[in-house]
Amino acid sequence: MAGAGKSRKRRTIRPKQVKDVAHQEEVVRVLTNTLETADCPHMLFYGPPGTGKTTTALAIAHQLFGPELYKSRVLELNASDDRGINVVRTKIKDFAAVAVGSNYRQGGYPCPSFKIIILDEADSMTEDAQNALRRTMETYSKVTRFVFICNYISRIIEPLASRCAKFRFKPLSEEIMTHRILHICNEEGLNLGGEALSTLSSISQGDLRRAITYLQSGARLFGSTITSTDLLNVSGLFDIVVEADNDITDMQKAKICKCLAETDKRLVDGADEYLQLLDVASNTICALSEMAQDF
Amino acid sequence: MLWVDKYRPKSLDKVIVHEDIAQNLKKLVTEQDCPHLLFYGPSGSGKKTLIMALLKQIYGASAEKVKVENRAWKVDAGSRTIDLELTTLSSTNHVELTPSDAGFQDRYIVQEIIKEMAKNRPIDTKGKKGYKVLVLNEVDKLSREAQHSLRRTMEKYSSSCRLILCCNSSSKVTEAIKSRCLNVRINAPSQEEIVKVLEFVAKKESLQLPLGFAARIAEKSNRSLRRAILSLETCRVQNYPFTSNQVISPMDWEEYVAEIATDVMKEQSPKRLFLVRGKVYELLVNCIPPEVILKKLLHELLKKLDSELKLEVCHWAAYYEHRMRLGQKAIFHIEAFVAKFMSIYKNFLISTFG
Repeated sequence: MAGAGKSRKRRTIRPKQVKDVAHQEEVVRVLTNTLETADCPHMLFYGPPGTGKTTTALAIAHQLFGPELYKSRVLELNASDDRGINVVRTKIKDFAAVAVGSNYRQGGYPCPSFKIIILDEADSMTEDAQNALRRTMETYSKVTRFVFICNYISRIIEPLASRCAKFRFKPLSEEIMTHRILHICNEEGLNLGGEALSTLSSISQGDLRRAITYLQSGARLFGSTITSTDLLNVSGLFDIVVEADNDITDMQKAKICKCLAETDKRLVDGADEYLQLLDVASNTICALSEMAQDF
Repeated sequence: MLWVDKYRPKSLDKVIVHEDIAQNLKKLVTEQDCPHLLFYGPSGSGKKTLIMALLKQIYGASAEKVKVENRAWKVDAGSRTIDLELTTLSSTNHVELTPSDAGFQDRYIVQEIIKEMAKNRPIDTKGKKGYKVLVLNEVDKLSREAQHSLRRTMEKYSSSCRLILCCNSSSKVTEAIKSRCLNVRINAPSQEEIVKVLEFVAKKESLQLPLGFAARIAEKSNRSLRRAILSLETCRVQNYPFTSNQVISPMDWEEYVAEIATDVMKEQSPKRLFLVRGKVYELLVNCIPPEVILKKLLHELLKKLDSELKLEVCHWAAYYEHRMRLGQKAIFHIEAFVAKFMSIYKNFLISTFG
């Protein structure tokens, strides 16, 4: 079929069941328990990109309600929807307030008597909007459960975080990653050598989605046999080897690290890379040559 | 027609500079389908050219028939409606727009307009391609919120729509977007490549290029192909046939910045600072971006300094550039940098020569 490429690969391998989610044992244990008792707390999933947060949330929602009730019981909002304070006050509140029928099993799904609101990428919500959620969460906790998903837990305000059960999603270990990638390669008929495999898991740094994107681009560009150099090409990374003598004192290291941290903050603020790099370089020179650093 | 546009390669096969990338792209789209793409690289390196050639490769000649439209949207944002105006460049199969034009309201563009465009399936007349392409320029200038909004749109509607993103620096694009795209790095062309292109253009225009002339233009061009071709054309207008020692005039604003640098080096006093302020204003009024001014000024100053001062000056340039991003009025920060430099330099002079 034309035009279902990128999504197709990821979607076909996106786990449909909670127990298939890789490498997040605690989360899986709690959620399986939820499935059995058909009850759950508010939840907050956080962790680096590509570790399966959204996947888990969607899987649990599907497993609780099944395809029929899913539409009426689950509200999924992400950053591509407007989530200002107005939406929280109207749309979310309205959805949360609706009462639902009592516990009855339907078609093999638990169908508990609450609804789920999934707020994906919650760290991009404004503080005001988050504040407006606090009371909503408490008032309607009988009929509604919230699932927040975010990358940085520090951007979720404390009152919200304390109302939720927090789950940290770890970056995937190399072992799990290689396992998953091999699985995909088998399904798609790709041929990946051992070296390429380890390169792929190291350049993607525990982010499974990125690994798959690289794999797919590599497959598209170089055919079904992919080598590690191909993958490096695709990722657009290049190695800058910083060779250091081992006699850097702790003081020097500390100075360099401080400077790197400051630069990172500036880059996040949108400063110009060229000037910032010059700054890092000059600071490093100062630190290494033990010059008095008075600026 | 300017030579820059006249000799822009129209198809992936005719690309001279980034041949390997072009071939890869071609392979990428032969199989019916392509991933989202993110092109990044310095200006004048050929990003747009490659994108246009790629579109032609996908959709054939129809991608070249573009119309420029100035469209207005009314976006309903809760209590108020926001009027947005945006210039789009569209053919039957693709739409090109610069969402960062909307300034701080870019979030609405992404959330409403791009989502709307992505949702609509293309009318598939001859069953050619099942998707259309949205080309977004200057993604690095998008605000964080807007970039956040983009990520889910990219996943959700990928069955009917591909995004091609284009930007100068990939570090300002969030990790989340980068991991959803195939990243394509477009290097600035090397001097030899620029020379090759210049010779190609000269041959087509049947001009006589003296030995080493193209190399000199390439050297002056700062590795920007666009600038090299433009200055070749300027030289052609100024004086033809070329003489081998013909002056290649640099950009006048660059000369002006160099002049400022000389001023600052000559005398460090409030009076001189006042004079420099006037000159900086002049540059800003002529729409030279402040960070470009600061960068060039640093460049000029570094040429004239001792190495021990260089480090410190670099630090302060970085510091004030950051402050400039956070603040509103660029003039304050450039002036602060100049003042800082003066004080450093004066101190240095006093301590060395008494």
